[in-house]
Amino acid sequence: MTVAPLTDLPLWPPTNLDRDPLVPLDAGERRRFAGPVTRVRLPTDATAWLVTRHADVKQMLRHPGFSADLTRPGFPLLRRLAPGAFGDRRGGFIRMDGAEHARLRRMLTAEFMIRNVRRIEPLIRQTVDRALDELHAAGPPADLVTHVALPVPSMVICHLLGVPYADHEFFQERSRTLIDRDAPPERVQRHVRELRDYLHRLVEAKVAAGERADDLLSRLARDRVETGELAVDELVGMAVLLLIAGHETTANMIGLSTLLLLRHPARYAALRDDAGHAEGLVDELLRYLSIVRTGLPRLATEDVEIGGRLIRAGEGAIAVLSLANRDRTAFDRPDEFDPYRAAQQHVAFGFGVHQCIGQPLARAELRIALVELARRFPRLRPAVTAGRLPTRDSSVVYGLDALPVTW
Amino acid sequence: MSGAVRVRVDRERCCGAGNCVVTAPEVFDQDDADGLVLLRRAEPPADAADRVRLAVELCPAGAITVAPRPVPERSSTP
Repeated sequence: MTVAPLTDLPLWPPTNLDRDPLVPLDAGERRRFAGPVTRVRLPTDATAWLVTRHADVKQMLRHPGFSADLTRPGFPLLRRLAPGAFGDRRGGFIRMDGAEHARLRRMLTAEFMIRNVRRIEPLIRQTVDRALDELHAAGPPADLVTHVALPVPSMVICHLLGVPYADHEFFQERSRTLIDRDAPPERVQRHVRELRDYLHRLVEAKVAAGERADDLLSRLARDRVETGELAVDELVGMAVLLLIAGHETTANMIGLSTLLLLRHPARYAALRDDAGHAEGLVDELLRYLSIVRTGLPRLATEDVEIGGRLIRAGEGAIAVLSLANRDRTAFDRPDEFDPYRAAQQHVAFGFGVHQCIGQPLARAELRIALVELARRFPRLRPAVTAGRLPTRDSSVVYGLDALPVTW
Repeated sequence: MSGAVRVRVDRERCCGAGNCVVTAPEVFDQDDADGLVLLRRAEPPADAADRVRLAVELCPAGAITVAPRPVPERSSTP
């Protein structure tokens, strides 16, 4: 076997600023990357196996022989990290494996279960109503991202966690740095530190306050920290994770989904008139837009065969959710947006034990925001006719920085 | 595929993603105490079988399994 020089391997993730924001990869990129497991070069000059088919992605993400722990030597990082960046990672269970991961995640599973999310739907509705009032007051035209897409999930996660929304500029900026692949490593490290310090003070105050407040961080402080099951540092790490995950993901889905629906006015109108179908529509939006476009990196800890390719212990692999969600063996006419297809098999929330714990919350926010938007603004349309919309190309979570709309 | 199924859940493997509850709420529930899967009916009605199979597919942790359910009285042993 000959080994191809590194520079001959295609670079993952590709950057193409002219690509339509609704298309995860253009046709040429699709030809280059979609299909059987192939080797790619990463921006860190490491190599990794790219896994793009639906069945392969599911198999890989469910296989215990792949680690999510990015401190392991050889882990396929998509950006360089500052020296010592691994120093303070306690509680960040998204980067843990096995029992260590399960122990922390299970402290949260009841919080995000379907029944509890249904209970807070009135709060989501209220938040959406207020945001739509703001949009109305600001325009037309006005920016949907500033007034609706970002504040809705942000206010909801702040309310659930018991984090003051008044501090939103502080943690939104830091949250954005943490998922920006182009952010200088030192800045990432400083922002992690600042976010942890901020949440540390908040958690300490909640531990000291004892019984009173009924938010998620107060409950964990009371039920887990006081019993010695959970260290304060671990609770801080969980808080960082939940705050970040609650921010950009749903925000970007609301922005991109609105753009997509406004390009299909009949579907936008149907959203208002057939709100009962909104749950199915949400799944199709998640599949079609697949905002975690750079994929999920893992390190093989044993030899595993995926898609006919032997991935050896110590090698990196990246599960590309956006391509799996456009795999024709899993979905008919995958490049067509069809709100009436059965799209639940998508992997937009990942797969395996790390699958997004907040997905019932994300689905509810997206559904309520889009239905109420269509009801209150039936004549909504983009306020820009030409030129590029500002997109988040270097972010791990793709989306629009702004979506000017008029009505 | 159709036919009655017998369902098993493995709470040790469950990661509380909740897909099963959305897919087949008459068969699966989540425990109020820990959010992990609870089996409401190990032998669901035949018309739920397809949804149960979908729940198996959608379970990210592989915590649900189904087996065909033997039909006791009408077995056609030669």
